[in-house]
Amino acid sequence: MHRKTKKVGTASPGRRVLLGQQIISGLASGSLYALTAVAVVVVFRNTRTINLAQGDFAMVGAFLAMVLIKDMHLNYYLALAAVVVACILLGILTERIVMRPIADSDWLTLFTATLGVYYILHGVAGWVWGRDTKAFPVTFDPTPINFAGTIVSQGHLINMGWAIAIGLVLYVFFKYTKQGIAMRAVTDDPDTAQLMGIPVRFIVLLTWGMAGFLAAFAGVLLSPIVYVSPEMMDQVLIKGYVAAVFGGLYSIQGAIIGALMIGVAENLAGGYLGAHYKTATAFAMIVLLLTFRPQGLFGIQKRREI
Amino acid sequence: MTLLRLANVEANYGAVRALRGISISVAEGAIVCLLGANGAGKSTTLKAISGVVRPSAGTIEFDGKLLNGMSPTHIVGLGVAQVPEGRKIFKDLTVIENLQMGAYVRKDARGIAADLDFVFHLFPRLKERTRQLGGTLSGGEQQMLAIGRGLMAKPRLLLLDEPSLGLAPILIADIFNALRQINKEHGTTLLIVEQNAHVALKNANFGYVLQVGQVAVEGSAEELRRRKEVVESYLGSSEQTPARAAS
Repeated sequence: MHRKTKKVGTASPGRRVLLGQQIISGLASGSLYALTAVAVVVVFRNTRTINLAQGDFAMVGAFLAMVLIKDMHLNYYLALAAVVVACILLGILTERIVMRPIADSDWLTLFTATLGVYYILHGVAGWVWGRDTKAFPVTFDPTPINFAGTIVSQGHLINMGWAIAIGLVLYVFFKYTKQGIAMRAVTDDPDTAQLMGIPVRFIVLLTWGMAGFLAAFAGVLLSPIVYVSPEMMDQVLIKGYVAAVFGGLYSIQGAIIGALMIGVAENLAGGYLGAHYKTATAFAMIVLLLTFRPQGLFGIQKRREI
Repeated sequence: MTLLRLANVEANYGAVRALRGISISVAEGAIVCLLGANGAGKSTTLKAISGVVRPSAGTIEFDGKLLNGMSPTHIVGLGVAQVPEGRKIFKDLTVIENLQMGAYVRKDARGIAADLDFVFHLFPRLKERTRQLGGTLSGGEQQMLAIGRGLMAKPRLLLLDEPSLGLAPILIADIFNALRQINKEHGTTLLIVEQNAHVALKNANFGYVLQVGQVAVEGSAEELRRRKEVVESYLGSSEQTPARAAS
């Protein structure tokens, strides 16, 4: 699948590339990668494994949104709400059916199980909806908007707006709600959390539900850009994972910053070096980071505590 | 009235048979201490009461209810909280968040607020540090926070695992003063696991000495203080090395 990721809106006339514009549209893609990166971190912190199926939760969400909007003529926002519910259920079912029975196994077993979910969802999506790439019924809005002196397409602004809103929801959840604080307590020390009466299994279930919640937005918001296919999230998952590693795998803020950096870096590489350098940039970044700072940009605190 | 009764409780901790038929009872309103060498089964006893270690035989009854097989969440809800060994503060949570987690099973907002006031009245230093991360507190402050967090569950029975561990003598005295105050003002029953027999027997009403998963000696604190040599003969010696891992 060598579909070029279309960057509508930033394709300025001629070959002249405006730096500010490149950076802003990089931040826009980065903010969508952040949805996946944060989900990878949230699941890793409470299960000690990387969820390879994270991208596919989003992919299933994207197909569902397509069916709801195109075939059932549902309003975009209603469809989004339905997809959010469906993806949360998908996350919860993954935990209950696949992960919980093997919860006490080592991380490699868990990791392999998520790989299994990845292939199952790929297969099921291809079987139900077909393997070819489909256009999403809602298109990316390329209308140029003057944003702080640079021209940005409206679609990018909308995507960034969503990402910021979701970020705020997560911030409030983790900082001010009982279940959010309990989720952090389980990250910190699951045995003690259990001793305090915190139902750890239920908290882990919530964690997977949150992964589904984030996937719903990732799928629906990315669909107009990468189009819909069983493989649509593969590269995004890798970028999200790289961003999560960037942040040290425990830090949500770190994952967000990592995702934004990857978005900007690949966009600059795409603009100045050529489109085919985009994905390579993310990998070059992770190789450099792991060489010089293996604990991630924000991993030092975690190490000191252990 | 007996609040907690363990009858012939056996339990394995990992591969070790840590409890080999322990029987103890704790009267409501009392301060009872569990003494014993490393590996005698003191911590496992507390873990079994809290439901994180499942007993393989025997019964654990709290307030007439059988705790065997109940989830830790349910047991905390019944009014049995634990202050774990090594304090186990949530390091990345603030002081206030740690205290909130102690009250996780509760829903009575007003009662929670009242207990928070009591904790701050007991340990004013915690009140000065509500927004500080748990991991940045000193050892003494962490122990105060651990006890405070246990109290936030509004326990009728508070289990404490080695509250004096790693603290300077002056801090140990402070902690035990606070424990006596909790017992007196709130009527909370305390079951304290200690290696420091001297401090424990000075503050408790009753004591048990465990050896290799069984009760070797029991008696009022006064009596055990008199039979100091007998008690001490069971402590400190680490001949029972096979069971050491189970402490």
